[in-house]
Amino acid sequence: MNRTEPRGGLRVAVVDYGAGNLVSIEQALTFVGADVRIATQPADLEDAEAVVVPGVGAARPAMRRLARAGLVDPLLRWIALGRPYLGICLGLQLLFDGSDEDGAATFGVIPGRTARLEGAPTLPHIGWNQVERRREHVLFTGLVDGTDFYFVHSYAGRPEGATADAVTLAETEHGGRFVSAVDRGNVLGVQFHAERSGGAGLRLLGNFTRWATALTAGAGAERSPVGAGGTAGGD
Amino acid sequence: MLSRRVIPCLDVADGRVVKGTRFVDLVDEGDPPELAARYADEGADELVFLDITAAPEGRRTLLDVVERTARRAYIPLTVGGGVRSTADMRDVLGAGADKVSLNTAAVADPALIARCARRFGRQAVVVAIDARRTPDGTWRVLVRGGRDETGLDAVEWAVRAAELGAGELLVTSIDRDGTQSGYDTELLRAITSRVSVPVIASGGASAPSDFVAAVRDGGADAILAASIFHRRIYAIADVKRALRQAGIPARATAGVGA
Repeated sequence: MNRTEPRGGLRVAVVDYGAGNLVSIEQALTFVGADVRIATQPADLEDAEAVVVPGVGAARPAMRRLARAGLVDPLLRWIALGRPYLGICLGLQLLFDGSDEDGAATFGVIPGRTARLEGAPTLPHIGWNQVERRREHVLFTGLVDGTDFYFVHSYAGRPEGATADAVTLAETEHGGRFVSAVDRGNVLGVQFHAERSGGAGLRLLGNFTRWATALTAGAGAERSPVGAGGTAGGD
Repeated sequence: MLSRRVIPCLDVADGRVVKGTRFVDLVDEGDPPELAARYADEGADELVFLDITAAPEGRRTLLDVVERTARRAYIPLTVGGGVRSTADMRDVLGAGADKVSLNTAAVADPALIARCARRFGRQAVVVAIDARRTPDGTWRVLVRGGRDETGLDAVEWAVRAAELGAGELLVTSIDRDGTQSGYDTELLRAITSRVSVPVIASGGASAPSDFVAAVRDGGADAILAASIFHRRIYAIADVKRALRQAGIPARATAGVGA
């Protein structure tokens, strides 16, 4: 049960901007063999190979805290450089242009907005619900389509425009259908809490580390210092 | 479709899981992290950890036991007992809880619910209501682990707590707690018909059919039990099977075999 591989595993930076519980995500990633470090400032991303952005709550305070920590631009550069990113819950929602919850502008990496769940019989949407795939992805290797994962949220990202179908990896039903997983190349996001989804969640996180390891290995030589204070990006 | 949740409850006193009858006559049932790991493996959908001696002793939650439990679970953990401020809640969430349950402190200071919801989101705020039936067919709220009467009507308090920002209500029938005489489905229905937040039924489980009744007759979104799981009278899988046979969605049981 306490399988830990503190050294030699994928170096995963879990971004800490005061938006929620990191014990469970740290514990779950360690269980699947990652070498986890908590990132509270840009320098903490420097030797990381993958980034996980967790979080619960509203977008505006989250963006404010990320900005205060100087992490917004480094994370945007990280994504632009094609490096592996996993957003969980709020960490997924931040990928969109903005949030209807409080009008905050967010990363703008995926066209669309975060909107309240429509037609939901109960809000917040709390509990285990089936994640139905729109297509296959390494993230779901070894998991039956329709597997239950644990959700806690009232809002969800809604992809818009020409790429909406392409980025939608999975959907879930709660009154209406909403997007519960997204995929945009090096950027993955899940609305559910994989770190709290028992064996299925651990499998998904293990799949993420394998995917990220493969992506990092295939990325080649050009590796800019993402965390080094604004000089990355070929200028 | 949202699965109905089956939730083992760890009542913790002095760092050990205990279980009493109507909140007294406590019997030792084991180590919190060990039981948490066992239940997660057996298909529990969530865990509730209640530090039942914190409020009566006027002390804060046992954070080290919470953290050891959170690290063994890999499923959601709600922690209650001794949380009296947003600072207490921050510490309990920091120790690995996903949600915090407010009870005595919320009755004393209802605005605490709103402050906690504003700071951490309503999804993280569970208001626990310990209710006792009165001869006139209503229910009154008790606090401090069932020791003190409040005069509050349980249904009205439930409505108010949801309005103030509770994301979930944990409704315990003190009359039924530990008696294995079934959930108080009338109490549950009185509350679920008035609020739109999820309601967790607690107190009185004796058999899988009681869980079915709590959902079907009481309108509960989740069902909590302690004794029958601790003493292995029924397994979580037995309860899930009964729910599915009654046409109620329940998560397929899967161990932590990643």
